[in-house]
Amino acid sequence: MSSDDLLRVSDLRVSFRVGGLSARLAGRATEIEAVSGVSFTLQRGSTFALVGESGSGKTTLARTLNGLQPVKAGTILFEGQELQGLSNTAMKPVRRRMPMMFQDPVGSLSPRLSVRSLLSEPFVIHGLSDRDLNAEVTRLLALVGLPRDFADRYPHQLSGGQARRVGVARAIALDPVLVVADEPTAGLDVSVQGEVLNLLNDLRDRMGLSMLIITHNLHVVRQIADRMAVMYLGRFVEQGETEAIFRAPHHPYTAALLSANPEPDPDRVHQRITLPADVPSLLARPSGCEFHTRCPQAQGRCAVDVPVPVAVGDSRLTCHFPLNT
Amino acid sequence: MTVLEVKNLSVAFHTESGPLEALKQVSFSVPANRSVGVVGESGCGKSTLINAILGLLADNGEITSGEIIFEGDKDLARLDPTAMRGLRGLRIATVFQDPMGALNPVLSVGRQMRDIQYRSNLSKRDKDARSVAMLRKVRIPDPESRLTQFPHEFSGGMKQRIAIAMALMMEPALLIADEPTTALDATLEVATIELLKDLQRDIGCSVLFISHHLGVIAELCDEMIVMYAGEVVESGTTREIFHDARHPYTQKLLACDPARLSQRVARLPTIAGTLPDLRRRPSGCVFQPRCDRADAQCLTPPPSAVLGGSHIAHCWHADIPLGAMNA
Repeated sequence: MSSDDLLRVSDLRVSFRVGGLSARLAGRATEIEAVSGVSFTLQRGSTFALVGESGSGKTTLARTLNGLQPVKAGTILFEGQELQGLSNTAMKPVRRRMPMMFQDPVGSLSPRLSVRSLLSEPFVIHGLSDRDLNAEVTRLLALVGLPRDFADRYPHQLSGGQARRVGVARAIALDPVLVVADEPTAGLDVSVQGEVLNLLNDLRDRMGLSMLIITHNLHVVRQIADRMAVMYLGRFVEQGETEAIFRAPHHPYTAALLSANPEPDPDRVHQRITLPADVPSLLARPSGCEFHTRCPQAQGRCAVDVPVPVAVGDSRLTCHFPLNT
Repeated sequence: MTVLEVKNLSVAFHTESGPLEALKQVSFSVPANRSVGVVGESGCGKSTLINAILGLLADNGEITSGEIIFEGDKDLARLDPTAMRGLRGLRIATVFQDPMGALNPVLSVGRQMRDIQYRSNLSKRDKDARSVAMLRKVRIPDPESRLTQFPHEFSGGMKQRIAIAMALMMEPALLIADEPTTALDATLEVATIELLKDLQRDIGCSVLFISHHLGVIAELCDEMIVMYAGEVVESGTTREIFHDARHPYTQKLLACDPARLSQRVARLPTIAGTLPDLRRRPSGCVFQPRCDRADAQCLTPPPSAVLGGSHIAHCWHADIPLGAMNA
């Protein structure tokens, strides 16, 4: 592990039990691997984005890093400490360093707490209530660009963008080095989305934060992330530098996702890659390359041989017939 | 022919702190066989507009002025509830944002599709045959065997396609689609837009498409209106607005869309300020408190600047094109 590596995840696997006794007796699968052998490294001060469609395992991966989901196999090395298998008590100090922002800006705030209580809560939870909490609340509101008198408001009195700012303030309350943000701009208007992304970029520069962002909005990824990974059925099919991937995606799935981005120009002629059929079930993963059932480039061997990760330029991907090489 | 014509529609909600004018003098029309997009951010009145058209305003809401002329002869603003019920589902169909909420989780899809044909005199078997044909049209594979399945057995994209199939079953004159792709992933979103385009051509209905997603409007719609704080600030063909937006709000909204940036920028554009309190509308132009072009003139109601064709911007300074603002 080089000194610049903040987080190193190796061959991480997370599974869920599904079905009951009847499924087990009938010999059906009783386990799905929502995260299935994921490896990546996040460097200090950088932003890493996870993209993929619903059900691809993005949120499960983020929750697992934060100790909210048990690890089945693999390792999570954060600031030199192994996190897999840590108890909730042992995870507590880690969460000070690696706070998480959840989806739904308003829903992730308790409706019965004032902004002041919401922003004091992290200090109370981590046994720091001897600090001058009023001063801390004022400091945090200033950091996220909200007026001081917002401390006495309740979540229902906030707009989506303001509620998201409170969420950001909670995440950076203690001494974070890595913020894990699950869909930080979902449900926000475009004009407000820009504000929240600018704020995150500012805080990253000012506080030297690293960020792990989960989103399915590719335009957001391009604006904020240094590196990105594309998830499909719980695995990374391609990861690399964001700009390089946008310029020339190597995996057919990445190419399809990029081409599916609706562009605000009525005259644009789309060279769109349409993906047939629906996403396969995790209970019945396809053989060979798991993307072959929807891949426009699939050939005979794709249904049989499991592709091994290969490096193309700076990217790593799992595909027998990579594009743009 | 014009399927829907909204003229000077104003809607107010009675609140404890006085009347809130959610829509003010909204006018636009939806021609036959065309798709019209309504774009605007939260709180701009998109949902109030749909509810007013469908006669589904909340109890404290009231149409204070204006007309909603449907198919040339019926004013929906004044139609009695029974006659309105006769139109909804039959002549005016709706698809909402959340496909799961639109389907009953405890009834099979086939049963729901049969029930929705309660007005037709077909036999059960013929109704099922129509359901199958409709499901095939929205590209549900193997539709015969799927009629007996329940909503949870379908993926999100399929559920939205079933909701679309049900909406178009009676071949309505107008389909109102309220953010139908917002809950879907990028690849499904594109597939749903393509499907809506094909079906619209096929069935020959008009579509009123509400979205805050500029890219989706650009792909699907022929014409569009831009709403801000309950008013139409600009309207025209999709091409006119995307290439030559003249209202400062439209220009800013377009500039904010990260999809228009071809590379990474240091700071993303935003619109400073917040929506005005609709109980105390600013005098003159509603966007004036947030506009960098605002001057004394803007404190008086703005004119409807006609910019050629159907393109209209409600602004005192509609002479400055989009490029000039970025420079």
